[in-house]
Amino acid sequence: MNAALHGRSGLGESLETIAAWLLGALWILPLAYAVWTAFHPGEFSTHFSLSAPLTLENFVRAWHAAPFARYFMNTIALCAMILAAQLVLCTLAAYAFARFEFPGRSVLFALVLVQLMIMPDVLIVENYRTMSALGLRDTIVAIGLPYMASAFGIFLLRQTFKTVPKELDEAARVEGCTPLQVLWKVYVPLAKPVYLAFALVSVSYHWNNFLWPLIITNSVESRPLTVGLQVFSSTDQGIDWSIITAATLLTTAPLLVAFLLFQRQFVQSFMRAGIK
Amino acid sequence: MTRSSQWLYGWLLLLPAAALLALFTHYPTVGTLWHSFFSTPRSARPAAFIGLENYRQLIDDAIFWQALSNNLWYAAGTIPLSIALALLMAAWVNASIAGRGFLRLAYFTPTVLPMIAVANIWLFFYTPEYGLLEKMTAAFGLSTHNWLGSKNTALGALMAVAVWKEAGFFMIFYLAALQQMSPHLAEAAAIEGASRWYFFRRVTFPLLMPTTLFVLVNAVINAFRLVDHIVVMTRGGPDNATELLLFYIYEIGFRFWDPAYAAALTMILLALLGAAALGQFWFLERKVHYQ
Repeated sequence: MNAALHGRSGLGESLETIAAWLLGALWILPLAYAVWTAFHPGEFSTHFSLSAPLTLENFVRAWHAAPFARYFMNTIALCAMILAAQLVLCTLAAYAFARFEFPGRSVLFALVLVQLMIMPDVLIVENYRTMSALGLRDTIVAIGLPYMASAFGIFLLRQTFKTVPKELDEAARVEGCTPLQVLWKVYVPLAKPVYLAFALVSVSYHWNNFLWPLIITNSVESRPLTVGLQVFSSTDQGIDWSIITAATLLTTAPLLVAFLLFQRQFVQSFMRAGIK
Repeated sequence: MTRSSQWLYGWLLLLPAAALLALFTHYPTVGTLWHSFFSTPRSARPAAFIGLENYRQLIDDAIFWQALSNNLWYAAGTIPLSIALALLMAAWVNASIAGRGFLRLAYFTPTVLPMIAVANIWLFFYTPEYGLLEKMTAAFGLSTHNWLGSKNTALGALMAVAVWKEAGFFMIFYLAALQQMSPHLAEAAAIEGASRWYFFRRVTFPLLMPTTLFVLVNAVINAFRLVDHIVVMTRGGPDNATELLLFYIYEIGFRFWDPAYAAALTMILLALLGAAALGQFWFLERKVHYQ
């Protein structure tokens, strides 16, 4: 129906389909290549043959060559800590901006939005100085602290809270709820899909974050996966590509599997986060 | 609720987030400016006020100018291309194309993976003689080429990685916008006999303007913010050909341990980001008025 509406010819349409598929193949190619290399013995990493034997050997060797278990724990702790802090801080701040009248509100909101442009990622020099002064260098807390008050989260939740009908709010107050109880019983439940969206965006951002953790950490005890992977592939391995690609897939596997399982939610979450 | 308790509640609710923002966004922004007027303390001498000396050094620093020009080329190359591809991808997966689910997955997957991990994969992809790219060019009878090791191609090779990583991310926002557009518009246009290209140019694209602006701002920020792949693939080389501003700041601040000069460099980066923000407001005021 669409094709008829748009006056698309059959030929044009199939050409477009081919182009779309070529681009799709191109986009998936580096990943497919990595999967091939990681699951085959080293001598097949650069030549392709259907008879090449499959193996998990590369994964085993990568896993034992570096403390990846520890790195996994660090990254999980990091993402959980940041997300928990973000949810609490952003909810409270968004509630203030959405439903309370106080002097300086618009100035403060503008000051919050500054962080959308000047992200902690570019303030590495000064934040390193601050962390040193606080004695927090080389800790997981130090990786997370600059990101805990997220302007993006505050903005997203404020927009959502503003759509909650005032009548619901007032009804709860009449029942004798305090402002915090209203927040917990009325606003938070209504914003659930937005929380999910924000959580997915936040976790994938911090699972992948690299430069700041690279700077602020210096030991196996605090390094997240991304930094661990970089240390592993730049120093230990020479150029054993089978092992490096295996380690690469290993570190991204949880996120990739979660993405494949919850593809629809992921895409919708990113959409929801973008529309606001 | 009384007025004063409204005030009190507002401020108290805001306090924790505001404190952290002040400590890790506003203070460091001001601190960067402040420290850029001082010298880096060395063992014998403490930091001294030197006025604009760091900025004078910056003007004479050939590597800084190269990093700035690289970064501008990098932005000019990656932003339009990834936005155009994103729009194309969104149009495709929004239409009833065969294998839509797979295509959406293929386009979007690079976005969820860490840049540092995909940079490893691309590093292998570009490896001279062994890499897949070399195998493919060899199949066409082309001579071998060190894509990351040559001054002429290194930045381009990194731009390809950035476009590959970002296009699928931006596609999502276009897809969301396209799905909100009324189908009646396309029907009306078809009745009027408008061609698809005409319809896109005169209806779809203008309606997507707010999305384009949002994506553009994100793309600009990312062009200056994301240097993970530089760390993995080239470390700014060969001969500074892939030196980008933030990577240069990282090198000066944490490999040569000169935080004062790094602060001056950070000010340039902040000025660029600030200019992008102002440009966005100016554009918003003038162009995006409907809705």
